[in-house]
Amino acid sequence: MTLNDQPDSVFADAAPTLDTAWTVRWIRRSAEVLAANRAALNTLDREIGDGDHGENMDRGFQAILPKLDALPDETTPGAVLKLVATTLISTVGGAAGPLYGTAFLKASGAVGDAEWVDAAALVSLLAAARDGIVLRGKADEGDKTMIDAWTPAVNAALSAQAAGTGVDVVLLAAADAAARGAQATEPLVARKGRASYLGERAIGHRDPGSQSTSLLLRAAFDVLATA
Amino acid sequence: MVMKKLINDPKNVVNDAVAGFEAAHGDIVRISHDPVYIVRNDAPVQGKVGIVSGGGSGHEPLHGGFVGYGMLDAAVPGAVFTSPTPDPILAATQAVDGGAGVLHIVKNYTGDVLNFETAADLASAEGIDVRAVIINDDVAVKDSLYTAGRRGVAGTVLVEKITGAAAERGDDLDAVVTVAEKVNSRVRTMGVALTPCVVPHAGEPSFVLADDEIEIGIGIHGEPGRERIKLEPADAIVDRLLGPILEDLPFVSGDEVLLFVNGMGGTPQIELYIVFRRAAEVLKEKGITVTRSLVGNYTTSLEMAGTSISVLKLDDELTGLWDAPVQTAALRWGR
Repeated sequence: MTLNDQPDSVFADAAPTLDTAWTVRWIRRSAEVLAANRAALNTLDREIGDGDHGENMDRGFQAILPKLDALPDETTPGAVLKLVATTLISTVGGAAGPLYGTAFLKASGAVGDAEWVDAAALVSLLAAARDGIVLRGKADEGDKTMIDAWTPAVNAALSAQAAGTGVDVVLLAAADAAARGAQATEPLVARKGRASYLGERAIGHRDPGSQSTSLLLRAAFDVLATA
Repeated sequence: MVMKKLINDPKNVVNDAVAGFEAAHGDIVRISHDPVYIVRNDAPVQGKVGIVSGGGSGHEPLHGGFVGYGMLDAAVPGAVFTSPTPDPILAATQAVDGGAGVLHIVKNYTGDVLNFETAADLASAEGIDVRAVIINDDVAVKDSLYTAGRRGVAGTVLVEKITGAAAERGDDLDAVVTVAEKVNSRVRTMGVALTPCVVPHAGEPSFVLADDEIEIGIGIHGEPGRERIKLEPADAIVDRLLGPILEDLPFVSGDEVLLFVNGMGGTPQIELYIVFRRAAEVLKEKGITVTRSLVGNYTTSLEMAGTSISVLKLDDELTGLWDAPVQTAALRWGR
């Protein structure tokens, strides 16, 4: 199948290709979005945690930027994701560092040495990231954690891909589902992480990790249009 | 609340403090600045189990103040209230490995546990025998499937002292782990906050308490515990803290205990002794004998006003290890 006959693209012409350039744009846009949302994420975290999620995510993604500049010309999406993983593990701290670090590490493993990511590989990438977070953090859906954004995103991506849509539609489905998942954490009582100490006082507040997940997946879609 | 702190650039708080610690206590410790960790100056001690602890900064003297002979071999400070990342934990683990293995003492907070686990995986891959003991002495949190489990709070100091003494007398890694788990299983803690604290880079209070409110069951970052109530006389507050502690183990008539009244950073020593007075009185009424004591600011939450009470059930072994010589910046006796 060539790119031109991918069905159901949200773009007028051919569906875009998820190559190394897309991966780098995704991470750069993520750094921009997290910097812009630093205070907002801190505020969410202050309400039900310890108030530093925006700080920590911003520090981690800013640390990636100079390393992206230094990447060799011939690299792969998997190599970029692995660079993101190791940088986040060594700079973020808190719970988010090992969790997102593991997510990007598993995502990198899922795409291997491929030069570009097709719809099926994209679903594998997202599922591997989610599974890595579950492995480290041991949270289930409904515990009021980032898993509540990841799992709906993976499910939506899988449905879209099974319906034969292109990578753009798969990514959009994932981003939309993550956003709804983040919003759906608001009425929940937390069962993992620091918010679990609040009991019912966590009700009415959005989980900050689910919100940063939503921002990251939205950025992955948004940079398609700027190719 | 206006932030009025003795700091320079908020981003350099931990680095500036660690540099000061090095200047003050060079007779006991040496410092690695990149990555940041504090290690006793004779590390690695050949043939001795190395003990590493760490966590977010802002709880001083925990943990750096407890590095030295008879206690910790290394401490890894993260950013304020943020767990250190795995790299400095790994570097500290390597720096204290004297061939007998390394124990990580980790407070049960999600970030600390995840980062120490990752570091332990990396250290094991390098052939270092690493074990971890997770401290969870805080009775304010219900330990159930529905929470991240009980938090590790001030009882950590007692675990570090007693386990450090076991390692110093030459116990092997299995025996040191057994002692650490024994102390953790016999210590219970509960705290109260009278005021919130301000994380330097955040610049505003981590939570809000009305002028006449206190938070019972607070963690060591200002995370809430059981309930928010109106301020009461010290004796009534002590009774609220001690009740859940005593019924949890439970502590019973005839027990000998170590009573530890800890300050959260903003409460003066004179008030801590008022707390100690009532706690000792209640224990005596119940036939529980206080044979060892500790009073002071040892596990703090920056400038938070408040206290925590820890009770540790002693036996001859634990008493002997508590009394063993220790030479650190914050605890020093017997040598």
